[in-house]
Amino acid sequence: MSAVDVRQTAQQRESATTIYEKSKAGRRAFVPPPVDVPERPLDELLPARFRRTVEAKLPEISEPEINRHYNRLSKRNFDLDTGFYPLGSCTMKHNPKLHERVAALPGHARLHPAQDPKRAQGALELMWNLERALSEIAGLPHVSLQPSAGSHGELAGVLLTRAYHEARGEQRTKVLAPDTSHGTNPATVTMAGYELVKLASNADGGIDLDDLRAKADDDVACLMLTNPNTLGLFDPNIEEIARIVHGVGATLYYDGANLNAVMGISRPGDMGFDIVHFNLHKSFTQPHGGGGPGSGPIAVSNRIEPFLPRPVIVRGEDGTFDFDHDRPKSIGRLRGWQGNFGCFVRSYAYIRSLGAEGLREASEIAVLNANYLLARLREAGVAEYLPVAYDRLCMHEFVLSGAPMKRELGIKTLDLAKRLLDFGYHPPTVYFPLLVDEALLVEPTETETKETLDAFADAIADILREAKEDPEVARHAPYTTPVRRLDEARAAKQPVIRQPL
Amino acid sequence: MSTYTSVTDDDRAAMLAAVGVRSVEELFRDIPEAVRLGRPLDLPAGLSETEVYDHLRALAARNVSAEDEVSFVGAGMYDHYVPALVDSIVTRSEFLTPYTPYQPEVSQGGLQVMFEYQTAISELTGLPVSNASVYEGPSAVGAAGYLAKLTNGRPRFVVSRGLHPHSRETLETLSRGYGTTVDEVPLAAGVTDAEAWAAALDSDVGAVFLQQPNFLGAVEDLEALAAVARQHGAIVICACDPMPLALLKPPGECGVDIAVGEGQPLGNRLDFGGPSFGFFAAAEAYLRKMPGRIAGETVDEDGRRGFVLTLQTREQHIRREKATSNICTSQALNALAGVVYLSWLGRRGFVELGELLLQRTAYARERLARVEGVALLHEQPVVREFAVSLDAPVERVIERCAELGINPGYPLGRDYPEHPNGLLVALTERRSRADIDRLAEALGVAVAAEREGVVEVGA
Amino acid sequence: MADASYPDGLLYHPEHDWARVEGDVATFGITWYAQDSLGEVVFFEPPEVGTQTKQGEPYAEVESVKAVSDVIAPLSGEVVEVNGGLGDAPETINDDPYGEGWMVKVRLADPSETEALQDAASYQQTLS
Repeated sequence: MSAVDVRQTAQQRESATTIYEKSKAGRRAFVPPPVDVPERPLDELLPARFRRTVEAKLPEISEPEINRHYNRLSKRNFDLDTGFYPLGSCTMKHNPKLHERVAALPGHARLHPAQDPKRAQGALELMWNLERALSEIAGLPHVSLQPSAGSHGELAGVLLTRAYHEARGEQRTKVLAPDTSHGTNPATVTMAGYELVKLASNADGGIDLDDLRAKADDDVACLMLTNPNTLGLFDPNIEEIARIVHGVGATLYYDGANLNAVMGISRPGDMGFDIVHFNLHKSFTQPHGGGGPGSGPIAVSNRIEPFLPRPVIVRGEDGTFDFDHDRPKSIGRLRGWQGNFGCFVRSYAYIRSLGAEGLREASEIAVLNANYLLARLREAGVAEYLPVAYDRLCMHEFVLSGAPMKRELGIKTLDLAKRLLDFGYHPPTVYFPLLVDEALLVEPTETETKETLDAFADAIADILREAKEDPEVARHAPYTTPVRRLDEARAAKQPVIRQPL
Repeated sequence: MSTYTSVTDDDRAAMLAAVGVRSVEELFRDIPEAVRLGRPLDLPAGLSETEVYDHLRALAARNVSAEDEVSFVGAGMYDHYVPALVDSIVTRSEFLTPYTPYQPEVSQGGLQVMFEYQTAISELTGLPVSNASVYEGPSAVGAAGYLAKLTNGRPRFVVSRGLHPHSRETLETLSRGYGTTVDEVPLAAGVTDAEAWAAALDSDVGAVFLQQPNFLGAVEDLEALAAVARQHGAIVICACDPMPLALLKPPGECGVDIAVGEGQPLGNRLDFGGPSFGFFAAAEAYLRKMPGRIAGETVDEDGRRGFVLTLQTREQHIRREKATSNICTSQALNALAGVVYLSWLGRRGFVELGELLLQRTAYARERLARVEGVALLHEQPVVREFAVSLDAPVERVIERCAELGINPGYPLGRDYPEHPNGLLVALTERRSRADIDRLAEALGVAVAAEREGVVEVGA
Repeated sequence: MADASYPDGLLYHPEHDWARVEGDVATFGITWYAQDSLGEVVFFEPPEVGTQTKQGEPYAEVESVKAVSDVIAPLSGEVVEVNGGLGDAPETINDDPYGEGWMVKVRLADPSETEALQDAASYQQTLS
């Protein structure tokens, strides 16, 4: 690279430097409190054979420099607070600032998880109230808040299924999941010791009922389903699916990733599901934190309840709350303590803010926004190159196929996604679901305005117009981001996953 | 009712017209009548922001937090001071509100943080490979077990009774799914019983699980225990408290293959148990079998240094039912707090803090041992937490101390019935010598009062 | 990356693998088509010397950045040698799929299995 390249942005000129490379011997931020007790020789307290001989090479750096380092780094991120983030399947809705304030109250933030329940009644009541609300939204009577993420909830669900069948003296071996499922579904099935059997999709994007009938037998423990599914379509055959699955004695598992489409409109429990996981970080608006934390509570039917993870929250006759550890049929713990309480505070605040009416409205607008954006893309002439994969009304998200765009214009879905970055948008989910060639999964969410959706549709139309004239522009995008396309093959071939020191 | 939507009546009319339907209702026509709710959810009506704040504040006020009492409770989560700098950085929108860095060109901040975090964990554990973090401590132990199962497929795990009870139970829950049995080795004089340990091991054992320091606060002879396990070809997994790793020999130098642990002590608040992060580090051989996200260094097409999520073929979105784990996220924000905190402590400060904890713990242990009716539960070296046994019902003693504004520790009886009146006492830099003296005094008074009570009842 | 080619003299398996039979030992690799659909290979996970391959069953894995693929054995036998050079330079599989990008050498268990494999012409027909 030449010394001065006028086309580079200031961020591009700055070469990435880690905090370790900014370290200089003798600098520091932390000043420890004084040793206020009689000091004893180290050897007396901790024999030398247990001690480390070389200190951990943490950086030596002053507080102003740490502050600047991470604030500068933060500006190399795209974030939801700043821009539209239509990432399908991830429900990137507004994160209310109130939630951060109430989660940070010392009564929440500095509450020790081992505090005696007598002195944590506010926390237990909050959890109890959240459980009741989630139960009502799912249409299933019992809730455990313990799982830490959607995939953790899935694992809980499949282990619950195993415990349920084993308690009836049955050893089932297979779990069914559609070919459109999230990758975590099959991964979970294997971790829980089951064999995965894939179900085909029908022409409308739903479960192929004949394939389901052929594969549903006495060896099937469970069917894992997302509804609306990962194509953004509600499977209208859900009642028949439930009949077939229950007919062979298997459980029906609901992956709640797409619950944002149906809150207060249709409930998984009423559809016939036995076990549901929620993604509090999706439908109930946790900030995603750059990939965590999240929270994945589960709701279950009466027949699954005895096996729920322990402890469970109980309310005594005097209205006080406690943890019940004495649950002999429980599958046991999935993690330490009681779950991601900080996430519960935020999602509980959200549910209390919106109430019954507000939750329903959120789902209605999420679906309206998705259908409007789809219509608006059509209007902008985008459909010729990016047709919708299944041409019907969608729910809260929809899938476009970039196959004609790749064929006619010579740019791939990846190129379109990268060019969108130059237009100031986070691209939709790309190359998922696997069923659709060159897929783009678009989920606008209910918190975006019509103006934002209009502008996004126009940006896609502009990129396609530009590609018609010169596909090279998109092929080498992005141009304006802190770094340009990265060599992922090099990172995988010669992994450098820590700073050499 | 609060609302975070912005569709006006005019917007709605225009949008419906564009879609070609007459009502929002019509958009849901795929949902069969029979599975529609057909009534409002039975939930309280929505509230304004100020009402929600007041409600949440009232709930929070009914908890006794470490802000309200002098707390010596630890048991895996500790009331360390979280510097203001950490709060300031983790609440920045650019770190708080993005998703997983699927588009690396606009996620360099988060990806570089992961890379820096991985470096810190690698330094602390003395192991070359760290992922970008997993959910939390005990599930990290479970994830390590699954890695061992994938690696050698042997049918048994052996765990020390010194492993956190939540970790032991989580491991049992998960291993039942994939059919590995878990055998427990007891403690003797506060540490893993070396003879029973050796006796429990054979070539059927896929992995062994230890904790350093163990749940009772005792420093284990990790090297010796690991060496025995390695003779049988078992994978050695150790759960570590990250704070004492300032002083303790890193697991990577003790023959440990996989080091995991609860990251909360590193700049994360207590939050009644979560969210926090679990760290997960391993020997080079496990690189391609690790669970979770890993950030790696590379260059962009102009040759600039940059970072990406790497080795993704391990993960479930590619390998699906053959994935090395179903974990599809890190605890990015919590791990960020961890690496900012470690940078703030710095190379020397981390050690100084470890030494302060060591000194105060020694003082507290000695001070409490002199209290009538309080005896040490073991005499092994301790670094930040220690166990005592009370000559009085521990739950009642805790109640009496609570009245004095002191939470004396974690009662061991439920997890260790062999120590019905055991109490685990933890120190942080926030508990001064004066606090320790108050604890000793309060414990003395409470134990004495309970013993008198026993005499009275018996008389 | 090499240009498309399907050399004569090799035997082809429909799962896009080739075998070069020399006496009772055969060399295995993947075809140009296979490496092209996979993209740049970043990792090759070889079997250990001494393991048995079975015709039509996986014996190794190749990975690109965003995909992982089982490598199917065109013939049964015992692995007698693996291409160690692929550890440091897995992209050789892209650059020279029929030469330096070979994967294993196998002592054949049943030479008559070759009858089930295709020649270059008939394999190429299956690709169109």
